[in-house]
Amino acid sequence: MSRPMTIAEKIIAAHSGHDWVEPGQLVDVQLDMALGNDITAPISIEIFKKAGAKKVFDRKKIALVADHFTPNKDIKSAEQVRMLREFSQEHAILHFYEGGQVGVEHCLLPEKGIVLPGDVVIGADSHTCTYGALGAFATGVGSTDLAAAMITGRTWFKVPESIKIVYKGELQPWVGGKDLILYTIGDMGVDGALYMAMEFTGPVIESLPMADRFTMSNMAIEAGGKAGLINPDTITEEYVSKRAGRSYQVFRSDEDAGYARVIEYDCSAIEPQIAFPHLPENTVGISEVGTVELDQVVIGSCTNGRIEDLAVAAGILQGKTVAEGLRLIVLPATPAIWAEALEKGFLKIFSDAGAVIGPPTCGPCLGGHMGVLAKGEKALSTTNRNFVGRMGHPESELYLASPAIAAASAVLGRIGSPGELE
Amino acid sequence: MKIRGKVWKFGENIDTDAIIPARYLNTSDPQELARHCMEDADQEFPDKVSPGDIIVAGKNFGCGSSREHAPIALKAAGVACVIAPSFARIFYRNAFNMGLPIFECEEAARQIQEGHEVEVDADSGIIRDLTTGKEMKAQPIPPFMQELIADGGLIAHILKKSGSG
Repeated sequence: MSRPMTIAEKIIAAHSGHDWVEPGQLVDVQLDMALGNDITAPISIEIFKKAGAKKVFDRKKIALVADHFTPNKDIKSAEQVRMLREFSQEHAILHFYEGGQVGVEHCLLPEKGIVLPGDVVIGADSHTCTYGALGAFATGVGSTDLAAAMITGRTWFKVPESIKIVYKGELQPWVGGKDLILYTIGDMGVDGALYMAMEFTGPVIESLPMADRFTMSNMAIEAGGKAGLINPDTITEEYVSKRAGRSYQVFRSDEDAGYARVIEYDCSAIEPQIAFPHLPENTVGISEVGTVELDQVVIGSCTNGRIEDLAVAAGILQGKTVAEGLRLIVLPATPAIWAEALEKGFLKIFSDAGAVIGPPTCGPCLGGHMGVLAKGEKALSTTNRNFVGRMGHPESELYLASPAIAAASAVLGRIGSPGELE
Repeated sequence: MKIRGKVWKFGENIDTDAIIPARYLNTSDPQELARHCMEDADQEFPDKVSPGDIIVAGKNFGCGSSREHAPIALKAAGVACVIAPSFARIFYRNAFNMGLPIFECEEAARQIQEGHEVEVDADSGIIRDLTTGKEMKAQPIPPFMQELIADGGLIAHILKKSGSG
């Protein structure tokens, strides 16, 4: 027996021994990868030991990425990384990364071909949904669920309903994946896709580069989504084929699959988007921003720290300097991206412009280190969350936007678009 | 299981950065996390909350990150349960896994005011505002989940059941 299914349903069915599944069904699934970082994995490791577990289910299917406070910002964070290191040594965990090997997890894992299309991935990090851009079913969980997964290699899911979002029309200048997802969250709200799988489709998505696709899937959680999937195509295949170290299976939604909702956006009407404090849903078009002067601009993170993002920023910053009194912080998301930015001359451009160039780290995105805000300061960032206190003092303000808007704003000293620099 | 306590009210979309700011996540020690619980939403909360108090909040409580430190901090601060119209998905699962009872009830979130004395009966899902006498209803927590909460969360519960706890 068979029924039309969405890509999310197909992947879950294939990992739970079913021919088909439907929304609401509870299933026990086999995992292809379980991920933790230096904040969440220490709790999982403690639980693992407390539970009396002796062995991980598969040393090749666990990734421990010490990216949040790297380079370790204080004694406590160094101790947390030590826990990951010792556990990884004891269990010969294949994918443990720290120091000069570490990158922001959701950029690093796809880049190294560790997560692949058709996979089921759980991660003790809410932005695990990023891998949906590869056509994987990937979702964030807590440390307890990760601990159980490290022991058994399995977890349980309620099969989510899917929302299909169709993007049509011509993109305006300087509009990309970040603007599309901010616009979507602005329209649907921060709980608009609560418990659901979002599926990004339509002609605009079909011609969107992987970097932009990762940005969109990354922020599915900001609409409350359990996952944010894109059907694999030739663009996915080109990205994956040179990276994959194991076989994988491609799933695509059936034409007549069932959706809880179908939403259509005419992208020709979407201008660059800015999310105002203190929620990602507080979005407005760049033309409606008014004058917002800035103290800091951050370019980086699992949302927008890829080479394509840095290329856009470098193109805008070339021959220009950062506004007086403003701090521009650029954090290439992985060591490979850092090296490529060096080779391509982007780092020189950033340096000449007066930027601070940092290592791959989550750092300022979560107010951890390397760019924390003082009381009353305003920053614009290419990251994914602008909750109260997210980048520092509870009375600081954070605006979210694309790398293009970030680079232009750094030069202008206020929120503005690259068009204003011409 | 009956929970009775004084209510602290919060708005909609209380995110995990408000529940426990990431700048304190260089530890997972419950007592240390409790000292900063909810401080970006209400700086005085860690000082004024008493064991057994109840949080009543707006929709989408616990949105944002997957940090289990959020329910750990709430529990260690003495919060006995959280009532809201809806919870973010990851927080919902983490709360039960950590043994923090939560109840979905839109009416209670609307009607109950700060400082009210409230009693929640997990068996029936009845939420009683003892200050106004008003009665509201959430989904009850089934016995096996109550057992899990009483044991202190999923892992403690499993260890107890397997006789190794």
